[in-house]
Amino acid sequence: MATPDSTAMPDPSSEPQADGSPVFGPAAVSPARLFYWSVRRELWENRFLYIVPLIVAAVVLFGFAVGAAHPPHTRAAGSAFANHVAVTPLNFAVFALMLTYVILTLIYCLGALHNERSDRGILFWKSLPVSDATTVIAKASIPIVILPLITFVVLVVTQGIMLLAGRVALLENGAGGAASWVQAPIFPLWAAMLYHLLTVHALYYAPIYGWLLLVSAWARRAPILWATLPVAALLIIEKLVFNSSALAHMLLSRLGGGPGAIEYPPPGNMPIEAPTLANLGAFLASPGLWIGLAVCALFLAAAVRVRRYQGPI
Amino acid sequence: MSVIEATGLRKVFGTTVALDGIDLRVEPGRVLGLIGPNGAGKSTAINAILGLTPHLGELRVLGRDPWAARDRLMRDVAFIADVAVLPRWLRVWQALDYVAGVHPRFDRAKAEGFIGRTNIGRNSRVRELSKGMVTQLHLALVMAIDARLLVLDEPTLGLDILFRKQFYDALLNDYFDRSRTILLTTHQVEEIQNVLTDFMFIHRGRIVLSCSMEDFEARYAEVTVHPERLAAARGLKPIQERQVFGRSTLLFERADRGQLQQLGDVRTPSIADVFVAVIGNAGGASQAGGR
Repeated sequence: MATPDSTAMPDPSSEPQADGSPVFGPAAVSPARLFYWSVRRELWENRFLYIVPLIVAAVVLFGFAVGAAHPPHTRAAGSAFANHVAVTPLNFAVFALMLTYVILTLIYCLGALHNERSDRGILFWKSLPVSDATTVIAKASIPIVILPLITFVVLVVTQGIMLLAGRVALLENGAGGAASWVQAPIFPLWAAMLYHLLTVHALYYAPIYGWLLLVSAWARRAPILWATLPVAALLIIEKLVFNSSALAHMLLSRLGGGPGAIEYPPPGNMPIEAPTLANLGAFLASPGLWIGLAVCALFLAAAVRVRRYQGPI
Repeated sequence: MSVIEATGLRKVFGTTVALDGIDLRVEPGRVLGLIGPNGAGKSTAINAILGLTPHLGELRVLGRDPWAARDRLMRDVAFIADVAVLPRWLRVWQALDYVAGVHPRFDRAKAEGFIGRTNIGRNSRVRELSKGMVTQLHLALVMAIDARLLVLDEPTLGLDILFRKQFYDALLNDYFDRSRTILLTTHQVEEIQNVLTDFMFIHRGRIVLSCSMEDFEARYAEVTVHPERLAAARGLKPIQERQVFGRSTLLFERADRGQLQQLGDVRTPSIADVFVAVIGNAGGASQAGGR
């Protein structure tokens, strides 16, 4: 990878020092460059973010290959066979990689601001001219931007391999499904997948990531307990004291993905429809989205502030 | 402009007073040693100077409030906490890439040159390196930063004497010049005595002695007294008396050299000996932290 703005080395005279003391060299690095290197260091430290999806994809492909080589004996109609070698594995790939993504975000967020304190590395990171805000935003970008994109790319490649292999298998078997196969609506599926990742998982779930990052910055130990037990306690207290479950409903509706969401993995078989502008409009018009983003911003601002005070633990 | 300027610097943790009103002024080109027992407030002072902890009182580092502008300050300040802070998963080339990426005053070729003199492999992870090599790596990174203030907090803790010697040799020969300032704390006071231009004793959050090395040599004298002159020597009010190989060694402050010459062999004492004398007199409960 090349530095995105390697040509943007700052001009030494860009920041004349107010006190008139000698300027020793280029005085600043652009915020984009600081952000880029902060994200890269996250990927160095957390290689599981891309290795685990690749392993899951490899396992899914392996299972697909085994399944295609040994189709069930009950294959009768061509469409059923096509279903077996193509449609079901395609959905299974979506399911497996989405589940992986959700698990990885949880593991990553809970460790992101905790591990650097427990390994004392925070003193090294803080000895460099990178602000706490840049660091926290770079860490938040992993579950909100980087991991959805990694998931999407791995999914597209996995399904692409499945489609090519499945097509070959269908042609060799002479099943009549070859024609319908060509029309398999994979692009709408990909579009819907990307839409789902970026709207529901990236934006609508953002306050969840913000909360996890804040706990990770603050908890001295066992961030997973600090992230979950207080919420569970609130749910129980609300039920016992007020005999209501508004908080539970709120959390469930948050997890539901909000209006305009496309359910994923699709409940039935393909074909699936690509998201429309109506979906997007409903999503963007929902107050829940913007309230969630505001809450996420508050959590992240708190995490920045907490990190400022934190040292090794 | 002073590199560090503190007036009434205070820091309280709960009921514990870590820094009890410190006044400090460090000019460019000095190598200042902050010396004190464990828990004296050295690390707290350094954390405040680096913007790692909020503080009370006035504090300016290179003209800035470190707590308000840590990231900006770190363009001009380099810092080694101790040997254990490089993240264990980090590879050597990643450390070089990262610092080159975020630091405007990092000279990568210089750092690679320093690393080339060691046995550190470019692809090694920090956790695969020995403690001494981790320090060499950290020092290589820091010395390649064109900083105006270098802060070292127990940088050689847990290293064997060979690495400690190399560390300070490299620092003085390859790094230090009159435009830079170094602030350091260590327990191995003897080893840095010839490195320092100034030192400060800090005890229970207060500075009990602040002295340049030129002043130190004029101000303190240690005499191994001839037994028959012991009474006369004691009459000159030594600040400390101890027995070395059965002979009395007396430490004097601001005593007349001519008079001392007649009592026995006169030497410049080690900072450690003066530390024990001063801290012992100041509070009793010294833990011989200068040793």
